[in-house]
Amino acid sequence: MTALVLLEHDAQGIKQPSRSAVAAAQKLGEVHALVTGTGVRAAAEAAAKLPGISKVLVADGADYAHALAEPLAALLVALAPSYDHLLAAATAVGKNVMPRAAALLDSQPISDIAGVEDADTFIRPIYAGNALATVKSSDAKKVITVRAASFDPVAPEGGSAAIADAPAAANPGTSSFVSAELSKSERPELTAARVVISGGRGMQAGENFKLLDPIADALGAAVGASRAAVDAGFVPNDYQVGQTGKIVAPDLYIAIGISGAIQHLAGMKDSKVIVAINKDEEAPIFQVADYGLVADLFTALPELQKELAG
Amino acid sequence: MKILVPVKRVVDYNVKVRVKSDGTGVETAGVKMSMNPFDEIAVEEAVRLKEKGVATEIIAVSMGVAQCGETIRTALAMGADRGILVETDADLQPLAVAKMLKVLVDREQPTLVVMGKQAIDDDMNATGQMLAALLGWAQGTFASKVAIEGDKATVTREIDGGLETVALKLPAVVTTDLRLNEPRYASLPNIMKARKKPIETIKPADLGVDPAPRLTVIKVAEPPKRQAGKKVGSVAELVAKLKTEAKVI
Ligand SMILES: Cc1cc2nc3c(=O)[nH]c(=O)nc-3n(C[C@H](O)[C@H](O)[C@H](O)COP(=O)(O)OP(=O)(O)OC[C@H]3O[C@@H](n4cnc5c(N)ncnc54)[C@H](O)[C@@H]3O)c2cc1C
Ligand SMILES: Nc1ncnc2c1ncn2[C@@H]1O[C@H](COP(=O)(O)O)[C@@H](O)[C@H]1O
Repeated sequence: MTALVLLEHDAQGIKQPSRSAVAAAQKLGEVHALVTGTGVRAAAEAAAKLPGISKVLVADGADYAHALAEPLAALLVALAPSYDHLLAAATAVGKNVMPRAAALLDSQPISDIAGVEDADTFIRPIYAGNALATVKSSDAKKVITVRAASFDPVAPEGGSAAIADAPAAANPGTSSFVSAELSKSERPELTAARVVISGGRGMQAGENFKLLDPIADALGAAVGASRAAVDAGFVPNDYQVGQTGKIVAPDLYIAIGISGAIQHLAGMKDSKVIVAINKDEEAPIFQVADYGLVADLFTALPELQKELAG
Repeated sequence: MKILVPVKRVVDYNVKVRVKSDGTGVETAGVKMSMNPFDEIAVEEAVRLKEKGVATEIIAVSMGVAQCGETIRTALAMGADRGILVETDADLQPLAVAKMLKVLVDREQPTLVVMGKQAIDDDMNATGQMLAALLGWAQGTFASKVAIEGDKATVTREIDGGLETVALKLPAVVTTDLRLNEPRYASLPNIMKARKKPIETIKPADLGVDPAPRLTVIKVAEPPKRQAGKKVGSVAELVAKLKTEAKVI
């Protein structure tokens, strides 16, 4: 059995969620990887170094420059005859592309898997992670997105796969890229960070997120947020952690002024250690926190900054 | 132009769902059901397009048990014009829903389908992408802004690194993210008016689609429970514990 994993990459190489998707694919058999974009030679070479991949297929061309779903799904469908499983990380790209490819293959996608039981059987969270379903697919081709937080990523180096060109697929040409507005940050990505510090509505204003910066710097942490904080315009949408935002499972998650709604917990409750600072001792976040501090965040954060510096 | 809006009946987002003790699913008996929150946003977007004069008719479609008719009524009270209920007791999965929606789209010929990005029960995040694929249409998923001009939709999408804007040839499928709009509450007069709006009821067989699930649920289990930890008395104690006990900093 061979699985094909659609990889995402940036200037640093293959993204961590994609390396987690490779780890999930390795539980299924032989693994090939697909690298797409324009000028992706370096990314293809980075992919070839991932341990446990036997072949890297490269689709280099303007059609793939912006990971539009229509041409990417067409490409996956063209490649599908050689594979039993098609996988991608459950990122914005994976979630956009994989179900489209699945429908074209008359296959019911298996979204956001958190475990692999066997070649047909997978575990996936439902109801915002309040239940775990074990599901068995009867489709010939399994199309899967992988919850990156549930699989330790493969190392960036160690392998030496062959690189080959993917056969061309026609671009349906129904959509085109206009522009992107990407948040700039020197910090690690939320889904890859070892430590995440998130602020909620309790932060009161976007301005106050600056209080998190020195702490994030001291801990090498990524900064996240609850939906309420994003909706209030304190921080951009890509900060959102939760059922409908990003799923994270860092070694340490620090929730500041976040009540702990199930939709938020869905995105962080698999973190190894959870810390909550909230002035309301009844806040549900304390039911999942390993360490809870009942305090006003506006006094606690400067103290925390000092403690970490000292 | 016509807009088709699929609306799913799901366990209300405020309900703390419980896994059934026999591991076959979650408890839904006696539980409050509502329209999937993302679908409310989809209905709202369609209604706003109608209010702007872009859309002429909004058709709300729901698939599932007879009570999905109530979900359609909610959409009608928000401003949709008529409803289609595809009634079945089958366990509907996105592929079957997408196939049935495709037949309805072929019949109704909407220019736009606006739907939720994700149903908060199965958390699949798949049906819109699948419908777009089956129709050969463009897709604008996770939309936080939609503008229609002529034969083109410009959609701003929430992606991992921020926002991305794409142009779609119409007809197209758009799936909604949370920040696209804030859905209105239906007013009492509109709830009354909605009672008179037509709902057509059909069966999957009328659409020529076999709704049988492709994924068999082997079991549904409770996730491992997290134990509440301890309260610390000060920031200094917190940092000390993180260093020496949890060893994470
Ligand atoms: C379909 C759907 C999907 C959703 N998806 C997500 C999601 O992905 N992620 C997500 O986060 N939410 C999501 N939500 C929203 C979720 O239900 C909650 O509304 C949200 O998480 C609340 O955010 P919050 O905890 O920041 O705000 P609140 O619930 O308002 O809590 C603020 C907390 O701050 C504390 N506080 C206030 N001032 C201070 C202070 N000075 N010092 C210390 N503490 C203070 C308060 O005690 C309170 O506990 C979703 C909702 C729906 C309907
Ligand atoms: N049974 C259904 N009836 C109507 N619409 C549905 C149904 N199932 C899914 N949908 C639509 O598809 C969207 C995504 O659902 P899903 O792919 O299951 O996460 C929902 O927000 C609805 O708009």
